[in-house]
This record gives sequence, structure tokens and C-alpha cells, in this order.
Amino acid sequence: MSTQHPPTTGVATPRLRDLFIGFFIVGINGFGGVMPFARRMIVEQRNWLSPEEFVDALAMCQFVPGPNIVNLGVALGGRFRGPLGALACVVGILAAPMTIVLLAYTALVRVAEAPVMMGALRGMSAAAAGLVVALAVKVATPFVRERDGLGLLMAAIAAVAVGVLRTELLPTLAICAPLAVALEFLRTRSKARRS
Amino acid sequence: MSQMLDLVVLFAKIGLVAVGGVIALIPEIQREVVDVHHWMDLHTFSTLFTLAQAAPGPNLLLVTLIGYYLQGLAGAMIATLALILPPAILAYALGIWWRRMKGAAWLVPVQAGLNAVTVGLIASAGILLVRASYVSVMAGVIAGGTVLLLSTTKIHPLWMLAAGAALGAIGLV
Repeated sequence: MSTQHPPTTGVATPRLRDLFIGFFIVGINGFGGVMPFARRMIVEQRNWLSPEEFVDALAMCQFVPGPNIVNLGVALGGRFRGPLGALACVVGILAAPMTIVLLAYTALVRVAEAPVMMGALRGMSAAAAGLVVALAVKVATPFVRERDGLGLLMAAIAAVAVGVLRTELLPTLAICAPLAVALEFLRTRSKARRS
Repeated sequence: MSQMLDLVVLFAKIGLVAVGGVIALIPEIQREVVDVHHWMDLHTFSTLFTLAQAAPGPNLLLVTLIGYYLQGLAGAMIATLALILPPAILAYALGIWWRRMKGAAWLVPVQAGLNAVTVGLIASAGILLVRASYVSVMAGVIAGGTVLLLSTTKIHPLWMLAAGAALGAIGLV
């Protein structure tokens, strides 16, 4: 093992411009979720991180609150180029999508009263709602596959509380999150004791 | 001006309690924006969400659009910034420490526990959005069909949005 190379597998430390362009392309490509595109760009196309480093970085971003892709840009850009690198990634990922969505909105309000447009929006809203339910099914599937009754129970409690009883997020999280984590701790310990 | 301040406080708060991405936050954003502040009705909220989903890029565009709807371009910028800045500072700091932390045994159960709660929050967002968009039997069919097709095939989500738009445009929804 050579010690000359830094622990990152990156071919070369990306410049600010590279960071901006890389994340800009992810932004304009990411329909319905940017993370798969971000992974392809960072790991496969530009070799900024190895697959394992990407998984680690993603785990960190999911651990921090806030939008995952922004946090990923901040962590990655910051690691290579400090605060300016972080900024380059965030501006890169947001510039095009924000412009596009605001232009689309301005165009939409002009024609929103037309019956055809209102109908189209109703149909699209139903499909968009379905997309979120499908996402819920997707993220719940591993819990079902692993017969993780505890995880499913905590998920169901959070879903009913926030989605049906309309409880506030903060108090709900203040109760559910520590409870879920504590139960996981107990389970890890009892597993360790058994083996 | 005070609405601008409310926007900053609201989205800074929401950004900081966010576990598991923006979709998991939809119930809380909807509750605050529609029920607490009465800034817009459910239909408008639903439309803004749909537009954010149809556009490329991250899901946080919903927050950009809410800011724009209420306070124009400045509102769009400020709402977005309020949402992303506090967590970004955390991510920046943690990015440096993460290598030391990541082997820690306590991280696994913490993440497993938070994951489960996130799944529940995403499900609750689904429940609320389906309810908001359920204006006709056809709307229910579109939502149900979307869930079914996305769960069983590799179809691109945009096709489902396009199909919904087409059915609605010819007056079926």
C-alpha cells in the first residue's frame, strides 16, 4: 500500500468549477429524487469518492437534519475545498431547479384558471400523491422483509400520529425518536447477549 | 415583513427537526402553512407540491415555491436559505468529525431507530397528499395506479405524472 496517496480514491482534488458543474448536472437530471444521479456522478463518473466512502457520506447526511442532497454537497465540497467548495456544490445543485420551478410557476398561474389546466393539475396531484405512497412502500419493504416488527410498529405509530391524528412534528419526534432508538438499543443488547 | 420573519422561523425550525428528507416533512409544512398560518388553502398547497415534484432537482423546491407564493423572489430565496443553512452548518462540522465517529457502536441502533420513524413520516405524508388530491374516484384510481406501477415495475415516475396530467386535461379527473 502506497502512503503517497490521500485516503480518498479521487483522481485529483476537484476544483471549485468541477464541483459546481458536477452538482449542476445532477440538479437538472434529478427528476423525482436526485440521490441516484448524485451517486452516479460522484462515484462512477468523476471518482470523487469510492462506493464505500459514498455510503459513509450518505449515512452522515441522513444523520444530520435537513435535505440530504444539500448536506452531501456541503460535506463533499467542504472536504475538498473548504467553505467555498461547499457553497459551489449547493449553488450548483439548486441553481437550475430553482430557476426552472419558479419559471414554471409563473407560467402556470397565467393559465391556471383554464379548465384543461385545472384538470391536468388535479390528475397530476393525484399521481404525485401516489408517488409519495410508493416511496413509503419502498422504504418500508426492508422492514417487512427482515420481519422487523419493532421497526414497523414505530413507523406505524409515527404515521398514524402525524398523518391521521395530525399531531405536531416536534413533540411527536420528541417521543417517537428516543423511544425507537431506546428499543433498538435494547434489541442490540439482547442479541449480543444471546450470541 | 413579519410574514418574511415567520417564513424564516418556520423553515429554520423545520430544517432542523428534519430526519429523512423533505418528503417526511410535508405533513408538518402543510399543518403550519395551511392550518396554523392560513397562508394558503389545501388545494394551493397540493398544487405547489405537484409542481415541485414535476420539476427536476431536489424535493426542497416545495419550500422555494411556498416562499415565492407568499413573498415573491425574495421569499423564495429566504425560505430556501432558512431551510438549508442551519443543517448545512451541522453537516459541514460533522463532515470533519464523521470519520472518527463512524465506527462507534451506538450509531447503528440510533440510525435504525430514526429510520423507522422516517418510514412512518413518509407514510403520513402519503396519507395526507392522497387525501388532499382525492377530488374524484378517478383521482383515487390515478393515485392507486401510481403506487401499484411504481412498486411493481421500473417505470419512471415522470410517466405517471404525465399520465395523470393527460387524464385530467381531457376532463376525466
